[in-house]
Order: sequence, then structure tokens, then C-alpha cells
Amino acid sequence: MSGRGARWGLIAATVGTLVFIYFPLAVVIAYAFNSSGSTSWPPAGFSLRWVDAALANTGLRDAFVTSVAIAFGASAVALVLGSLAAVAVARYRFFGRQAISFVVVFPIALPGIVTGMALSTTFATTGLPLGLLAIVIGHATFCVVLVYNNVVARMRRVSRSLEEASSDLGADTWQTFRRVTFPTVRSAMLAGALLAFALSFDEVIVTIFTAGGVQTLPIWIFRSFRLANQVALVNVAGLAAILLSVVPVYFASRLTSDTGAVARG
Amino acid sequence: MTVAPAERPAAASVSRRVAIWLDRRPRVRLALLLAAPVGWLVVMYLGALGVLFLNSVWLRDEFTGLVSRTLSLDNFIEIATTPIYRTVLLRTVGMAAAVTLTCAVLAFPIAYFMARVASPRVRGLLVVAVLMPLWASYLVKAYSWRLILSEDGLLNWLLAPIGLRGPGQTEIGLWLVFTYLWLPYMILPLFAGLERIPSSVLEASSDLGARGGTTFRRVVFPLVIPALAAGSIFTFSLTLGDYVAPSLITTTQFIGNLIYLNFGAPNLPLAAALSVVPLLVMLGYLALARRLGAFEAL
Repeated sequence: MSGRGARWGLIAATVGTLVFIYFPLAVVIAYAFNSSGSTSWPPAGFSLRWVDAALANTGLRDAFVTSVAIAFGASAVALVLGSLAAVAVARYRFFGRQAISFVVVFPIALPGIVTGMALSTTFATTGLPLGLLAIVIGHATFCVVLVYNNVVARMRRVSRSLEEASSDLGADTWQTFRRVTFPTVRSAMLAGALLAFALSFDEVIVTIFTAGGVQTLPIWIFRSFRLANQVALVNVAGLAAILLSVVPVYFASRLTSDTGAVARG
Repeated sequence: MTVAPAERPAAASVSRRVAIWLDRRPRVRLALLLAAPVGWLVVMYLGALGVLFLNSVWLRDEFTGLVSRTLSLDNFIEIATTPIYRTVLLRTVGMAAAVTLTCAVLAFPIAYFMARVASPRVRGLLVVAVLMPLWASYLVKAYSWRLILSEDGLLNWLLAPIGLRGPGQTEIGLWLVFTYLWLPYMILPLFAGLERIPSSVLEASSDLGARGGTTFRRVVFPLVIPALAAGSIFTFSLTLGDYVAPSLITTTQFIGNLIYLNFGAPNLPLAAALSVVPLLVMLGYLALARRLGAFEAL
């Protein structure tokens, strides 16, 4: 596929695709600063009234704080579990090694509604209450793969002879981990945790099934877009949700720019 | 004068002794590494799937409303014989297939440009440009389309001067929204697949006299089938289980909506059986994708 015509065609298609990808995000941002409360296009003018109203709304604030707390909890669990599994798979040969890299992907390769139903059914069957704990368990389960993928990719690129050299020089298991393994995978772990944070922060499909009565930011948005007096606030909440998922991803992609392991799955 | 080194704290020597003990036992180290992640995935995920499956073969007593733990396939028989369930299931799978196909077609030009035409610098920027919106809040993107497609929304406003109307909040509109939502999931694996094709292969094809179209059909396309399969896992699976976008955009029911409706109080075993259906469809799809080499391309 060469030739000037084909080249310009590809450029035009690429620009068109990027416009398609970005304009709905721009629409939400435009509405967040709309001076009117109506959802008709075009917005009437610029104003910060809905930003002020959103900041003053306690339900929205609480939901935001809850989502941040859940995202921290879920990414912490995912960070520990994903890193442990990655070290095991990258540095040891054992029966079932393939199965682990397979099972880790499952929670995001299968529809979220299946994960959500499975968890809520389990909680209902065992009599445990839904709520924060159930949400964190659900999020952590599908976030493990993000940390795992990043750390495995990094460890595959770093020769294990560094670790062998360390132990030949007399370092014990902990010292080798602290001074050799950990510094090489540290930024990959952080990138994975940032992605886990971003994914957990705006997840809604699994969350609705496990939330019980807990309101996360996406659940607040999901419930509010039907309420006439809150619909204008949804745009501001949406802007916050976009920022809190895109900013961690931006930093994660900087941390792994050499491996490009940010893609899900 | 030399000073005797201070006695090491007891804790350090214990950790040192544990380290020495571990150094000689790689199997124990491995077991310690694997215990938590494998335990978590087996109990919290596979275990939960098991409970879901059990519930799907239990029954709900029509009179008491309680779940009776007797094995039965009645839930599945009810799903298979009730026309509305069959219609909804077919509609959902059809939507997932249509969305997957559209995403694959739309993803090709940009992925090809990124992989084979753009300079390394532009390529890096484009990867980030496609990646960031993939992670931007799914719900907000779906909600934004609700605004765009609404009667007095952006799309109708744009199309009005040329005398056209958008699809509105219909199934066509939903197809557009799903395509939008999952497009980056197709672009990125496809880009990676196209990037892996050695230039020499394309040159050989052109040296042998193939035109652009022939090279694409007989060389490029077969080589990116694993990447397409990998991307399609996400586009297919995410459409199959979605109930949020359908309820935001249309009033049409998809399998996710039925599960959601039955989940609250009404009938947990039926909801469980309904969610086993997309699970089975997806397992079949994963098996097919695996045969096409999708897992090597992920």
C-alpha cells in the first residue's frame, strides 16, 4: 500500500478516527461548563455554576471519596497479588504456569456482568453482606491482571543473571529482592497500580452488583442522569471521572513507555 | 583501635536465617509466592463462578420465594423455551457480532497508519492518543452519547443543515455507541499485529507483482488474524455483558438487562442461569479465538 493517494487517505482516516474518539469527551466537558441547565445543544454559554453546585453537593462528594477509597484498596490488593504471581511466572518453571497467566486474564476477558453476578450470588448464598468489602474484592479480582502484565513484561526483559550474580556475591533472598529485583520492577508495579486505580475508579458494571447500598461515583452518575434536578451535575461528575482515570493512565504510560504494556489484557 | 561491631538485633538474624533456609528451597519460595494470588483467584473468582453455576441449577419456590437447593435444569429449559429469552439472546449475540465487525473495519486504517506509515515519534503519540480515551470513564462516554443522540442533541444539530437526522436513541444508535466504546480495544492489538509484520514480507509481495489490494488480501490480512481475534475478544465480550449502555441509550432489552432485572429480589436462580448463558457463549468464543492464535497476540 504505497502511493501518495493511499497515504493521504490513511492520514484522513486516522484524523477522522481520532475526532470520533475524542468528541464525546469534549461534549461532556462543554456541558460541564454550560450556563444553562438544559441538555440541548449548543450550550448556552460559559459558567462555573454547575461546578460550584457539584462541589456543594454532599451526596456527590461522598460518592467521590468512596470511589477513591475503593480504588486505593483494590489497587493495593491487586498490586500485591499481581506482583507475586508475576515473579512466580517469570522466574520459576512449574506445573500450571500457563494456567495462571490464563486465569488471571479471565476476569476481564469474560463479561463483567458474569463476574458481578458470580460475586453477588456468592455473597447472597453465604449470607455475607454486600457493600464496600464486596466491591473491593470484585475490583481487585479484575485489576490483578493489570499489575501482573506490567510486571511480567518487565521481568522478561531483565535478565535473571542479575539476580544470580547477586546471590553469587553472597546476598540472601531478601537482599536480592530489595536491591536487585525490586528496583527493576518498581516502576512497572507502579504503572500497574495506576492502571488498576483508573479501572477501579470508574467501573460500574461489576460494582452495581456488589454495592449493596454503597454509592460510588459511577453509581451516583448512573442514578442521577434520570433525576431532572441533578442531570446538570452529572456532567461535572463526569469531568471528574474522566480526569481521575486519564491522569493515572498518562503517568502509567510514561512509566512503561519502553515496554508499552499499558494495553488491557 | 578497633571497636567490636555491635550485636545485630535478634530480628535481623532471624530474617537472615529464614533467608538462608529459603535460599536452598526454591519450591518453598515458589509456594509462598503463589499462595496468595492463586488462593485469591481460586476462592474469589473460580469459587464465585462455581457458586453462580450451582445457583443456576437450583430452583426458586414460586410460593415461598425461597431458593430450594434441589438440582434441576428447569431454569435453562425455561430460557430455551421462552420466546422472549431466545429473541433477546439472539439480539445480544447479533449486536456483539455487528459491533465486532464494525470495530475491525474502522480500526484498520488508523492501525495501519500507526504501524506502517507514521514516524516513530508520531506513532508513540498516536498510541497514547488512542490509549487515554480507552481508560476514560466508560459510563461517562456512554452518557455523553445519550446527550449527543437525544432529540435536541449535537448530532441532530449537526445534521439539520443538510436535512438529515441522526439515528436517535434506537438500536442503530446503540450499535454506534458500542462501536465507539470498544473501538480502541480493537485498534491497539491490531496496531501491534500490523507492526510485527516484517517489511520484507510486504516487499516480497510487491516484487512478485502483487498490487496493494492483493498484498492486503493475501499477505497482510492472514497475518493479522490473530490480532483481530485478540481485539474481538474484548469487543464481543464487552458488548455481550453490557446492560448500562443499553439502558442509557434505548429501551430495548439485552441479555444484561434481563439479568439485572432478575437480580434484585425476584429470581436469583433464573438470573444466575441467564448469566451462565453469556459465560458459555464467551467460553466458546475464547476457544475459537485461541485456535486463531489470539492468545499469542494479546
